Amino acid sequence: MGKAKVKSGPLARRPDNSAFKQQRLPAWSPMLTANTVLPFFYFMALICMLLGVWLLLTVQSTQEMKLDYTEAGSCNLCYIKRQNASNAAQSCTCSVMFSIQKAFKGDVFFYYGLKNFHQNLRRYMDSRDDGQMVGRKRNLKNPSSYCQPFDKDQTGVPIAPCGAVANSIFNDSFTLSYHQPGSYRVRIPLLRRGITWYTDENVKFRNPKTENLTLAEVFKDTARPLYWQKPVYELDPDDPTNNGFINEDLIIWMREAAFPNFKKLYGVLNRADEVFAKGLPAGNYTIDINYNFPVQYFRGRKEVVLTTLTWFGGQNHFLPVAYLVTSSLILLLAVVLTVIWWKFGKAGKNMQE
Amino acid sequence: MAFWRRNSHVEKERHVKANARDYNDKFSYADNHIKTSKYNVFTFLPINLFEQFQRVANAYFVVLLILQIIPEISSLSWFTTIVPLVLVLAITAVKDATDDYFRHKSDQQVNNRQSQVLIRGSLQNEKWMNVRVGDIIKLENNQFVAADILLLCSSEPYGLCYIETADLDGETNLKVRQALTITSDLGDITKLMDFDGEVICEPPNNKLDKFTGTLFWRDNKYPLDNEKMLLRGCVLRNTEWCFGLVIFAGLQTKLMQNCGKTSFKRTSIDKLMNTLVLWIFAFLICMGVILAIGNTIWESQIGRNFQVFLPWNEFQRSAVFSGFLTFWSYIIILNTVVPISLYVSVEVLRLGHSYFINWDRKMYYSQTDTAAEARTTTLNEELGQVEFIFSDKTGTLTQNIMVFSKCSINGKTFGDIYNEYDQKVEITEKTACVDFSFNPLCDRRFKFYDSNLVEAIKLEDLAVQEFFRLLALCHTVMPEEKSEGNLVYQAQSPDEGALVTAARNFGFVFRARTPETITLCEMGRAVTYQLLAILDFNNVRKRMSVIVRNPEGQIKLYSKGADTIIFDRLDPSNEDLMYTTSEHLNEFAGEGLRTLALAYKDLDEDDFDVWMKKLLFASTVIENREEQLAVLYEEIEQGLKLLGATAIEDKLQEGVPETIACLSLADIKIWVLTGDKLETAMNIGYSCNMLRDDMNEVFVISSHTVQEVQQQLRSAKEHILGLSRVSSTGDVEKTNMFAVDSVFEETIIAEYALVINGHSLAHALEPQLEHVLLDLACLCKTVICCRVTPLQKAQVVELVKRHKGAVTLAIGDGANDVSMIKTAHIGVGISGQEGMQAVLASDYSFAQFRYLQRLLLVHGRWSYFRMCNFLCYFFYKNFAFTLVHFWYGFFCGFSAQDVNDQNSLRYPCLYKPGQQNLLFNKRQFFLCTLQGIGTSFLLFFIPYGAFSVMVKEDGSHFSDQQTFAVTIATSLVIVVSVQIGLDKHYWTAVNHLFIWGSLTVYFAILFAMQSNGIFGIFPSNFPFIGTARNCLSEKSVWLVILLTTVVCVVPGLVVSFLRADLFPTLTDKVRHLQQLRKREGPQEQNLRRVRRTSSRRSAYAFSHQQGFGELITSGKNMRMNTVPSVSSPGRTPHSSTWIENVLKRKNEVSCANDESTGGPENSDIAKQTPKQQHTD
Repeated sequence: MGKAKVKSGPLARRPDNSAFKQQRLPAWSPMLTANTVLPFFYFMALICMLLGVWLLLTVQSTQEMKLDYTEAGSCNLCYIKRQNASNAAQSCTCSVMFSIQKAFKGDVFFYYGLKNFHQNLRRYMDSRDDGQMVGRKRNLKNPSSYCQPFDKDQTGVPIAPCGAVANSIFNDSFTLSYHQPGSYRVRIPLLRRGITWYTDENVKFRNPKTENLTLAEVFKDTARPLYWQKPVYELDPDDPTNNGFINEDLIIWMREAAFPNFKKLYGVLNRADEVFAKGLPAGNYTIDINYNFPVQYFRGRKEVVLTTLTWFGGQNHFLPVAYLVTSSLILLLAVVLTVIWWKFGKAGKNMQE
Repeated sequence: MAFWRRNSHVEKERHVKANARDYNDKFSYADNHIKTSKYNVFTFLPINLFEQFQRVANAYFVVLLILQIIPEISSLSWFTTIVPLVLVLAITAVKDATDDYFRHKSDQQVNNRQSQVLIRGSLQNEKWMNVRVGDIIKLENNQFVAADILLLCSSEPYGLCYIETADLDGETNLKVRQALTITSDLGDITKLMDFDGEVICEPPNNKLDKFTGTLFWRDNKYPLDNEKMLLRGCVLRNTEWCFGLVIFAGLQTKLMQNCGKTSFKRTSIDKLMNTLVLWIFAFLICMGVILAIGNTIWESQIGRNFQVFLPWNEFQRSAVFSGFLTFWSYIIILNTVVPISLYVSVEVLRLGHSYFINWDRKMYYSQTDTAAEARTTTLNEELGQVEFIFSDKTGTLTQNIMVFSKCSINGKTFGDIYNEYDQKVEITEKTACVDFSFNPLCDRRFKFYDSNLVEAIKLEDLAVQEFFRLLALCHTVMPEEKSEGNLVYQAQSPDEGALVTAARNFGFVFRARTPETITLCEMGRAVTYQLLAILDFNNVRKRMSVIVRNPEGQIKLYSKGADTIIFDRLDPSNEDLMYTTSEHLNEFAGEGLRTLALAYKDLDEDDFDVWMKKLLFASTVIENREEQLAVLYEEIEQGLKLLGATAIEDKLQEGVPETIACLSLADIKIWVLTGDKLETAMNIGYSCNMLRDDMNEVFVISSHTVQEVQQQLRSAKEHILGLSRVSSTGDVEKTNMFAVDSVFEETIIAEYALVINGHSLAHALEPQLEHVLLDLACLCKTVICCRVTPLQKAQVVELVKRHKGAVTLAIGDGANDVSMIKTAHIGVGISGQEGMQAVLASDYSFAQFRYLQRLLLVHGRWSYFRMCNFLCYFFYKNFAFTLVHFWYGFFCGFSAQDVNDQNSLRYPCLYKPGQQNLLFNKRQFFLCTLQGIGTSFLLFFIPYGAFSVMVKEDGSHFSDQQTFAVTIATSLVIVVSVQIGLDKHYWTAVNHLFIWGSLTVYFAILFAMQSNGIFGIFPSNFPFIGTARNCLSEKSVWLVILLTTVVCVVPGLVVSFLRADLFPTLTDKVRHLQQLRKREGPQEQNLRRVRRTSSRRSAYAFSHQQGFGELITSGKNMRMNTVPSVSSPGRTPHSSTWIENVLKRKNEVSCANDESTGGPENSDIAKQTPKQQHTD
């Protein structure tokens, strides 16, 4: 430490007298005493309690509707149809009715959910090529070996996007309509853009550079994934900018869920329409489903979820309950500790030598 | 040694022929080349790697590495293991290589020392390593002896030569060696050339004090013993030159045979860590098996159905095989439980502590400009666990300087100084010394503080003059006046030297002696006394006297000796003075000084003549000569007049008693192992407060046969156990001598001491007795082993190490301590003195014994505490983290300097947890692991609960695996940081820096790894792009983190609060006091002073060998002129037999031979008195 002095003389080898070297640094040496620990416990209990109550009240104000449509209503037929793999190419549509007792206020989010689908398997998660998805031409022609066996089709043409994740994309589509009282069915407008993370849409997923070519020409030498009906550049027939690797449904699917039961965002209610300006009114609704995704192989279920949100996300009872439980446990502990301290260890009784 | 052992045949007998290399080569004896290094250029890599892979951890990582190279199961890339592994191996290898390089260098330096060898008729300079068995070599004054040689002749008369054996037994006084009469006149090269004697002797062994052999020359047999051998490691002193025949060379010399093996030292924590690594590995395998079975079941139940989306690979056809592969993958993933960083961190931590030791100013000795040095960096935490200290005496506990510090003359004490209020003033460095400038012949190094004594001398007080005259006359010191006024005394024991030097400074300068006279310079006036007789010292008499005739013609007897002996022989008229002096002696003894009483007697001319005649007659008697002489001595040494007493301080190193007291309060047992004599060792024991008068019993084991030793050990043990048994059963009958109370008390404070000498130790260390010895030694509070060889020192250490399983520390300063230093868990060398061997072999070195206290109680304790806290925390953290499978790599291991250094020293009991291994053991490990597993459970399931239903604020999809990972990792970092904050007792700037720093670094790295830029460069390697940004901007994530932190930390907090409040450890109490005191303001409290309460008087006489008295009066060791002559024709050749007698008696070696002594000269003993010599 300090300046490098060239020392000489009789005390040349004397160590420096710095606080660090002599281990004399000024120090704060806190101790766990009743005076500090007990108030801290009460304080923590109080904080957790307040947070818990607040969260609980907030959660109470949200609304959520879940609908398992796997075999519901007319989808039963489609379910049976999909059990046979040879019918994969045939389309199947069905519809399910449901009703909402109480109006959904504010923004309403529409999710699809899958149960028992293991997006978190290590081999499954690895079966993708981020280099390809970010638009690298080299990876487009030669997908990463991680994508095997979904890297090339039988004729050896590279698949884009490659890998098991992209291959198994959720390909049901939904149309939601509202039975306006005394009137006809109104199709509920859903915003299907801007539902991904900004970083995913703009950084992580990019189309290959087009250089005056159309997207179809860029993807000319690639094959569509095995289970797909449409090539990647025709995923969204309505919006040409939502095609290729930056298709938002694809991006959302590629963000693999951590648990086998998960839900992914499908769309947000467009409140521009006057009927839905305040959210979804109470009443009857129908969902028309283009039923493509087979779940019987893995004994899975499919559902749709409609929900409103709070400042800390969707309807989540876990956090408030956990906070309340924690708070009561800490309070209990604090009381027990106080009693113990009062009876046995007060005033440093045990501190005497 | 290894070289020699490789020879298939075991040497039974050694044949050495002088000047016959061809003949000696037949036997392929070891040459004089020594090798202490371990490797050479070619063997370095294989041997070193082999040694390193003996560390379980290194082997474990190699196995991991092999697993990771197999692509099917590799779940982490192989370079994550190989880079740190290679780094660790390389650093260790470089360190080993450097150490070995220095060993090579020191070997080379020793091997290349020059020595003069007689080859083909001329003396040639040869390197030491080229000296061979059977060569005749010449040694000069102050040279080291190159090999074990048989002394043939020397520059001194009668083939005498003097050596110093400090490197062998630690004694610095001179020892005499004498060549065989027949070879002692070979002192010229041509004669030596023709010498073709053959020596047949014992094979190489490690007994330093024993040698048996026979010289065959000119058809005669001459027995050889140790008194004719110069051993490697000795230094020739006071002898111009000598010639010797090399008997043992190189690794077969007794010195090298006494060197312990260098072994790889590892701390007990290291060993524990090895065990734990194995356990963890077993745990991993269990986990792997569970997960693999799970995988197999999953694959066959669910994965089979999932094949549409994720087809099985060709080798995955069977679920069992898939499970098998999964098993290995999990082993690799889970290896972070014992990350290689653990070993790197541990090494870094130790290195840091080593630097703190090097930097410690309180262990810096300014007089020799030596700072403490941690020479090994791997043993620091072991310093906090030491239970046994083995200490050398000379140079370690004592300075090996005898100082004349006080005296009592004619009932008045001198030596203490008083201030104006008549209070005793403590003597320090600054106290003014007495000015001896009136005396041109004074020794400038001599210091005395009481000016009253000089006043008394100047006032020509008769008693004082007589006192110093006695000191100047009654001794066996040899003076050497190199130039005018530059006197050097060669004393046989340092005590004598101190007394004569004192007399010299007070104006009674001993200047010269001849066999018949002693010349003094009394107050500047030369006075020659006629020396009539020396009544020499021996162990029974415990006194010595001289009879001189002063210039006035009066005959006087001057006597000095142990007080009890002298007091018994006093004239009754001296009774009053005796009581006063006796009180003074008690006072001196209480201060740990070595006392001696002085007395004189005026002899009547006629009486003396009668006595002298009787003496002459007695000394010609063949039978019972010794007894008859003793009776005569007794007769004349009666009715003495007491002059006073001297007090010599065997200067202890500074602060030794305090250090020993402090260390024993910390329950550290200190054993003294010394090459010195029993009495000296016991003396030091008393002055160091290791032996005390109030001890119940001091057992002295000193016998020569196995049976006797066994008997003594057994009875001592029974004595101790018997007493405690008696008291515990309350059997009053047997103890009617004591009150019941006192017996009861005795069992509590019973203190015993064991003193054992080398001979007995040799027997006691045999397998059938070692347990008895160990049991007894451990029952005793103090153990002193004296007259032990270097190897015995190592054996004692080894015994304790093996059977007690305790951590041992050996401390010493000389070459004779090397083997013990190497054997003990921790070796400490005293540096700053001449010899460096001990320091080179040691793990730590410093200049003063008292620094040991700081090294152990402060540095050792801190190192141990820190290491334990670190390991607990590390395992806690790793379990917490590995079991949720994610990785974060920043952690700094600075924690826990719990109690400051002053308090560490003030409360030595704080050291005990280390000895009992309380802070990091298997139980602690389990607790840490359990806490870690608990934390990991919470860390996983709280976010799981929250995330399964969570979406982002803007509704976008959120419960993905990457967000989950980032949330858990962040909670983990925060939880463990809070945890370390709570565990830490001591927050310095460094701690703040590291804790806040590591948090900052974590977030910095998190964001950097997930930034757009790095993703742009390596899209496949950094797929976490943007996760942190999206995740950590969510309020819900922070709610989860807060909840997790609170839930994880609270249980630990409750436990530690309860522990601190209800069952505070001593550490907590001291910290509490420390805080209170800080609040009250700084009050420097002195360390408790150790009061010596010994009233035991010890005279130097007890530690004195039978002297050179006979040598002096016979004039055998006098040189007639300053230029030594090869042979002195004026001397009678037959008188050498007499010297042999002296040597024989002195060493109690019986040489049953008459050939060399040539029968009829038995009456030579008569030459003890000068008169007889004249008439001869």
